[in-house]
Amino acid sequence: MSAVVDGLAWAAIGLGVFVCFSGAFGLLRFPDFYSRLHAAGVTDTLGAGLVLLGLMLQAGWSLAAAKLALILLFAWVSGPTASHVLARAARHDGLEPWTGAEGRRR
Amino acid sequence: MNGVAHAWLIVALMMSGLYIVMASAHLFKKLIGLSVFQVSVFMLYISLGVVEGAAPPIVEPGVDAYSNPLPHVLILTAIVVGIATMALALALLVRIRRAYGTLDEAALAAKDEDA
Amino acid sequence: MSVEYGLTLTLLAFMLLAAWALARSDDLLAAVMLAGIISLASAAVFTVMDAVDVAFTEAAVGAGVATLLSVRALGVLGERRAAGRARVGLPFLVVLVCGGLLLYGTADLPAYGDPAAPAMQHVAPHYLARGGVETGVPNIVTAVLASYRGFDTFGELVVIFTAGLGVLTLLAGSGVSGARSEVDAGDRDIIVRQVVKWLVPFVLLFALYVQFHGDYGPGGGFQAGVIFAAGMVLYALTFGLPRLERVLPPSRLRLLAATGVWLYGGVGVACLLRGGAFLDYAVLAEDAVDGQHLGILLVELGVGLTVFSVMVLIYRAFTRQRHGGVE
Repeated sequence: MSAVVDGLAWAAIGLGVFVCFSGAFGLLRFPDFYSRLHAAGVTDTLGAGLVLLGLMLQAGWSLAAAKLALILLFAWVSGPTASHVLARAARHDGLEPWTGAEGRRR
Repeated sequence: MNGVAHAWLIVALMMSGLYIVMASAHLFKKLIGLSVFQVSVFMLYISLGVVEGAAPPIVEPGVDAYSNPLPHVLILTAIVVGIATMALALALLVRIRRAYGTLDEAALAAKDEDA
Repeated sequence: MSVEYGLTLTLLAFMLLAAWALARSDDLLAAVMLAGIISLASAAVFTVMDAVDVAFTEAAVGAGVATLLSVRALGVLGERRAAGRARVGLPFLVVLVCGGLLLYGTADLPAYGDPAAPAMQHVAPHYLARGGVETGVPNIVTAVLASYRGFDTFGELVVIFTAGLGVLTLLAGSGVSGARSEVDAGDRDIIVRQVVKWLVPFVLLFALYVQFHGDYGPGGGFQAGVIFAAGMVLYALTFGLPRLERVLPPSRLRLLAATGVWLYGGVGVACLLRGGAFLDYAVLAEDAVDGQHLGILLVELGVGLTVFSVMVLIYRAFTRQRHGGVE
């Protein structure tokens, strides 16, 4: 594998790990359920996506890369749907989004 | 060189499961504790079959070191049996809740003494 | 220390933190979710430990079906909190003594990844060296599961079948009659419906791949059965139980559950009739290896059928319960 592809692969994996980390950070630090859900949603779309892209670059044109592409496809469909269902369930349950009006709350 | 630190952590996890089973007064919570205990037993078992640098036990030409398949077989079936028995326990909880109106250990014992 | 070992220790530490949070929380839904997280982390540990078949099963069963069933059961029970007074003193003492003894015992364990460990000395080398040749199945886990230890697996399949019967017996007669509960109707959200409609066929296809490719890669009847059931349960969650029952009437599921056990036992009897021992597949075909392969394929199919139908039946039994736990 050429050094360029290898470098790109590691750059994608590193960036993906950073996005996952920032997602986890947001999950702990954001003020209310909806914004925390937003942070969590980034983890399994952009974060996992970048890591999988890096792995695909490392695998080259092979069956493993095709399987990784399929995983990426299903993660991109199911992740946002799960976020949507969660947000809707919270709304249905009467949880109001935080507007900053009444200060910080959990 | 690897040591047995993994076993210490697994024992700690196992003991947390046991603690939840014993300390919690709620039958459902006890069941959850039992499943944590179960997972840690599985991991202890699988960790005994690991061979450093070996491949998963799927025979391929050109590979000559595999991890031990036997623990995998035993635990694989145990996991599925575990969910079936857990469902049975949950069904029992449903019946207990119907009959007694509570799942609290002390309340259950008190109701049994009244009867 | 190898990278794999460091990874294992990190994951175990995570699980310990989750278990600590689990012990402290008295919210039962949070407890179910934390148990699911522990389960998923253990699937990652199994992957690091080269136990791909086990990781697969744990991810589908522990993190998937078990969590779903627990949430369903919580809804039926109508309990949200473990409010009762917890004991602390005696359990802590027992855990301390018991854990101390176990830690003392770990001193005699072989080091992680030791190729000369006692577990590697007995039958495992034979399975690894001869399994692929004797059964024609490269996945040694499948070969050992279905052939070398076929008796065990038969027993375990019967346990699953019996547990399923137990659940049906315990929950029979207390189901919703006539009017369906609102949980039964499924989800009316258009996004969920469209995505699930698109996703379910792939889940079922993947389950079939896992079932029939289990000889060559990670997989087999146990995993395939659970994944197939998960696909059907996803369908029922979204479109409602009545829609699922139109595809799979409960009577047919009960028949399928029995058929799986019957198929496994039937293969054993067929071996007897052809002059071999019970579950000795070598006599099933002219060539011993072909016979082994055929036998493994058939009993794995039996396992898949029973596991799938028992899982769906259990899900259905819990979903049909009246919520709130009152008679």
